[in-house]
Amino acid sequence: MSELSLQRGIAALRAEIDAPVAAFFSSCVHCGLCAEACLFYQETRDPQYTPIKKLEPLRRVWQAEFTLFGRLKGLFGLNKKVTDELLAEWEPLLYDSCTMCARCSMVCPVGNDIQYMIRKTREGMAASGHVPEGLVTAAGRAVRTGSPMGLQWKTLQVQIDHVESSSGLTVPIDQKGVDYLVMLSSMEVINFPEYLEAITKIFDHAGVTWTLSTDCFEATNAGIQIGNKDIGRVLVQRIYDAAVKLKVKNVISPECGHAYTAVRWEGPNLIGKPYPFRVFHIIEVLDELRASGRIKTEGKEDDRLSMHDPCNLARKSGVIQQQRNLMDLVADNFVDLKEHGRYQWCCGAGGGVSSNERAAELKMTAFKRKKAQIEEVAPERMVTMCATCRTQLEEGLEEFNMDIPVVGLTEMIAEHLVDK
Amino acid sequence: MSDSMEFLLFTKGTLFNWALAIFALGMLARLVEIFWLGRAPNYAEARAGQWGPGLRTVFTRSFADPGTFKRSGFDVLVGWVWHLGFIIVLFLFIPHIELIKSVFGVAWPGLPNPVIDAISALTLAGLVAALVHRLTHPVKKHLSDFEDYLTWAVTFLVVLTGYVAYHRLINPYPLALGLHILSVEIFLVVLPFTKLTHMFTAFIARWYNGAIFGRKGVQS
Repeated sequence: MSELSLQRGIAALRAEIDAPVAAFFSSCVHCGLCAEACLFYQETRDPQYTPIKKLEPLRRVWQAEFTLFGRLKGLFGLNKKVTDELLAEWEPLLYDSCTMCARCSMVCPVGNDIQYMIRKTREGMAASGHVPEGLVTAAGRAVRTGSPMGLQWKTLQVQIDHVESSSGLTVPIDQKGVDYLVMLSSMEVINFPEYLEAITKIFDHAGVTWTLSTDCFEATNAGIQIGNKDIGRVLVQRIYDAAVKLKVKNVISPECGHAYTAVRWEGPNLIGKPYPFRVFHIIEVLDELRASGRIKTEGKEDDRLSMHDPCNLARKSGVIQQQRNLMDLVADNFVDLKEHGRYQWCCGAGGGVSSNERAAELKMTAFKRKKAQIEEVAPERMVTMCATCRTQLEEGLEEFNMDIPVVGLTEMIAEHLVDK
Repeated sequence: MSDSMEFLLFTKGTLFNWALAIFALGMLARLVEIFWLGRAPNYAEARAGQWGPGLRTVFTRSFADPGTFKRSGFDVLVGWVWHLGFIIVLFLFIPHIELIKSVFGVAWPGLPNPVIDAISALTLAGLVAALVHRLTHPVKKHLSDFEDYLTWAVTFLVVLTGYVAYHRLINPYPLALGLHILSVEIFLVVLPFTKLTHMFTAFIARWYNGAIFGRKGVQS
């Protein structure tokens, strides 16, 4: 990369340093406990995957420019510099071996929110051009076509036609003034079309008014994964515009973890203002419908079921009890993984790792942590509520010859609805 | 007046004032350079407040979650032993309380000397264990730099010289006490410019952590 790219990267890192970052770096005593919280270290025992060390580029900028001692050292040229070589070396550490699952942030004894800083460091990596090719391609496609997988509305329309013919129901499109604008993820449309049919049935059953938007159906945000706020802003703005145009009260993020954190938590800050609508994950909406008695189910699954909490939904967004309430509604034999909820272990594919072909092997190695967790409770099936997690679970279980099907919670609820 | 007495008076007088001034101004500068950075406004609808969860995390992060304790029990226990030992000896050794009383005018009951003695020995052992772990554990070896060993050394010296002075292992006594005070002064001067600042900033970091997660409805 050129000197200009490097300077752009350093400027982006500089712009990301705030009071929490300064407090976090001031407090790190190199105890290394974050490594024990990281699935990449746990499954490789390679110290380079120690989470706090992944922040070295950001730490160097902080130390040199935001501390008194660093500035004094700078006068004598004693600070370690951020170089193009350093950023190139750190690229796999920041993108291939970190899913931004935030488990280290939950464990650090001095309270460092390491994931918060990984997100910020990626801004510098993207600005300096040190991003895995798969993520760049996905982000480019998302900006150009609206979908990181290049999915067009016409493909979704085919799915909608299937859903309508199989359910006998209508999938509302571009309906103004309804309660909910439903967003999807391309991976869901392609890999798990049963999700759309499930919410169509559930919302019809519960009398919920909702719609899809032909202007914008994609909820995922490659800009956030790559670490580029400009791209992130463009993608969130599309959702905002669609919701405002249709005058909806709420936007529903699909069974996708990062889409939810992108729209729910980062989105308003990316566009620089609060939303005139509220944002929910589909699981929150379903639990609300359950609590208000609008979902009536019959029968229960009687095989041994366990659940994978998506990091973005549970640890990073506080949606932990809702999915358990819903499981109670439809499952008789549910057993939690030993470390779950805010201490759950990541599947290994989040934070853009699944779009990064270079990380494919490492992603599968990291999955061994989840595999070990699943083996501990020996379920007959796994339930989850994120398309990326679900794909990783399915691929991982297949890779290790474990005959454990994975199902989405929304479709499981839909299967138990009482006929009207 | 003997040389050792002169040394003691120097460490208790001029040197102590300088060390205290560098510590206070340095630490103030560190806190200012953290807080002046501030935080960007957050427009996302909050699930909960920040202060309560932030303050809870300041307290709860002192205790490892069961999974971490199972995986890193040695780390957690050794950390607890020597941190707690250091704090007990600092604040509950009667001569330390007398010193605090003479400067700030407040005092509290101390622990009997033999108890403090035993805790000091345990603290020293904990610090040695922490050093050995740092030198041998692959992650700690990978992370550690000069500053880690410097901060360990200045901390260890404070406890060691205190232990030596208490047991009169160096004579004459004014020299032993002077060395202890000198090591405290080195500790105070080094503190604001190294990761020893975590003695103060860790509470800020924990608050931010708790506040960031708490706003999203997660007790971190």
